[in-house]
Amino acid sequence: MIETEGLTKFYGPLAAIRDVTFHIERGEVVGFLGPNGAGKSTTIRILTCYMPATAGSARIDGTDCFEQSLEVRRKVGYLPENVPLYLDLTVRRFLRFAAGVKGINGKDQEGEISRVIGICGLEKVSHRILGHLSKGYRQRVGLAQALLNSPPVLILDEPTIGLDPAQIVEIRKLIHELREEHTILLSSHVLPEVAQLCDRVLIINKGQIVATDTPGNLTAQLQKSAQIVLQVDGDAAGLAPALESLEGVQRVSFRENQHGRFWIETDRSRELRPEIARLVVDRRLDLLELKLVDLSLEEIFMQLVTEEPSQEESET
Amino acid sequence: MKGFVPVYRKELYSLFASPIFYVVAFTFLVIAGYFFYSAVAYYNLMSFQASQSPMAARQLNVSDMVLRPFFLDLSIVLLLISTLLTMRLYAEERKTGTIELLLTYPVRDLSAVLAKFAAVATSFLAILAGTLPGMFLLHMIADPSYPTIFCGYLGVFLMGSAFLSLGVFTSSLTQNQIVAAVLSFGALLMFWVIGWTKNLVGPTAGSFIDYVSVIRHLDNFAKGIVDTRDLLYYLMFIVLFLFLTLRQMESFRWRG
Repeated sequence: MIETEGLTKFYGPLAAIRDVTFHIERGEVVGFLGPNGAGKSTTIRILTCYMPATAGSARIDGTDCFEQSLEVRRKVGYLPENVPLYLDLTVRRFLRFAAGVKGINGKDQEGEISRVIGICGLEKVSHRILGHLSKGYRQRVGLAQALLNSPPVLILDEPTIGLDPAQIVEIRKLIHELREEHTILLSSHVLPEVAQLCDRVLIINKGQIVATDTPGNLTAQLQKSAQIVLQVDGDAAGLAPALESLEGVQRVSFRENQHGRFWIETDRSRELRPEIARLVVDRRLDLLELKLVDLSLEEIFMQLVTEEPSQEESET
Repeated sequence: MKGFVPVYRKELYSLFASPIFYVVAFTFLVIAGYFFYSAVAYYNLMSFQASQSPMAARQLNVSDMVLRPFFLDLSIVLLLISTLLTMRLYAEERKTGTIELLLTYPVRDLSAVLAKFAAVATSFLAILAGTLPGMFLLHMIADPSYPTIFCGYLGVFLMGSAFLSLGVFTSSLTQNQIVAAVLSFGALLMFWVIGWTKNLVGPTAGSFIDYVSVIRHLDNFAKGIVDTRDLLYYLMFIVLFLFLTLRQMESFRWRG
């Protein structure tokens, strides 16, 4: 549904994105993940025909974004970052304008506007001026205009940024409901959000795609090491060196003020918990806690964007 | 031309919802009223003098003594109001980011440019209509030539539209409304005063400068003459600057 091939964009001598290639199938919900300035918005702006790419091509539903820009713009509902709106208009008047430019006219117009107002829960504010609305409502109006005319593709740039937790939950719920009818590409730098909402994640860093997979696979694939937290009671002196001597343990750390608590980094290939438990009991210490901590998507993301994976690492 | 109507309606609504329009209209009408009053008062004085000498009475002419100075004076105020009406058109959209919506909606850039221009031209027409009561008064107290009145209004409207097209262009150059206003005011003033040097340069350059001068073409209209050269001048002026706006938007897209 959305295809890009070697997409590159230069701002003067600066490359914002370089050779970005990905395919998104019909009906997929894909999260576009990356730190600020990684090139998410640039890629999205090329896809929505806001600006042309320096090199490479982008197609939406088989239509080229540069050659047949108007056709593409008809197929895409777009929520730009920071939700720019005409703040001097009322919600309904703004939606009437958006419906008009999207080619919905005459008697269909009011029906379509009422439909998106219903989906986005804007009934109460439909006669208020956009400039007087809260950020959460503006976000919903932005989403409402993107939904007009039921475009097959929805592109949402940072749909939850700047909202309070309750509003974030609502917007996420809304996006979740939309997945039935639309192919959705949403960008974000909030990982749990992407993990919750998306079938697949594209991670972009410094203008290049560094990983693409399901949130689950990404987690599994990239968790080369696991961390075990151990809490014991009693005289734990000498326990740390003993733990380190176990096969598969990479590093043991503890803090002075947290007596009897150890963080053990281990090789993921082996299950070490039984051995650790035995070691503790053999030393006549009381075992209080022993648990495996999974690396969160957040940490994987940090790993990916702070260091480029070497050839060897990307093969594993 | 799909998309023209909704953009036009939205622009018109934004114009009428903003205080700028009312302040501009108020200022324009007060000054226009003063110009009209002074022209009529002068005519009145002349009429009294004419009652004593029949020779002077023969030279009394409403078209020459009231209408022509009135229309020519109006053009001065146009300089001010056209820059204020157009400055927000693109600059504000760039500032607030709504340009991203406009450029990603299925609307041709040409439709958007034309719609914005048509909307300010319409609002200008509405302001201009505010001077019609003066013409009605003239109709009550004198016997003006109606074709001259029509020609004068046509000329002022064409000249105003030309000014507006330049304002649309300067507004597309920047995201700062003040910068847009200053640029268009400066450029318009230049088009205005360029005629002053026509006698100082050679005959070829002189006639060229004379033709380029924006105010010279209004004079014929104010006298009640529609010359295709003047008509063409204003139309070309409008087409040129709307075309430049279109090019500027294209360049804006590429620069991102």
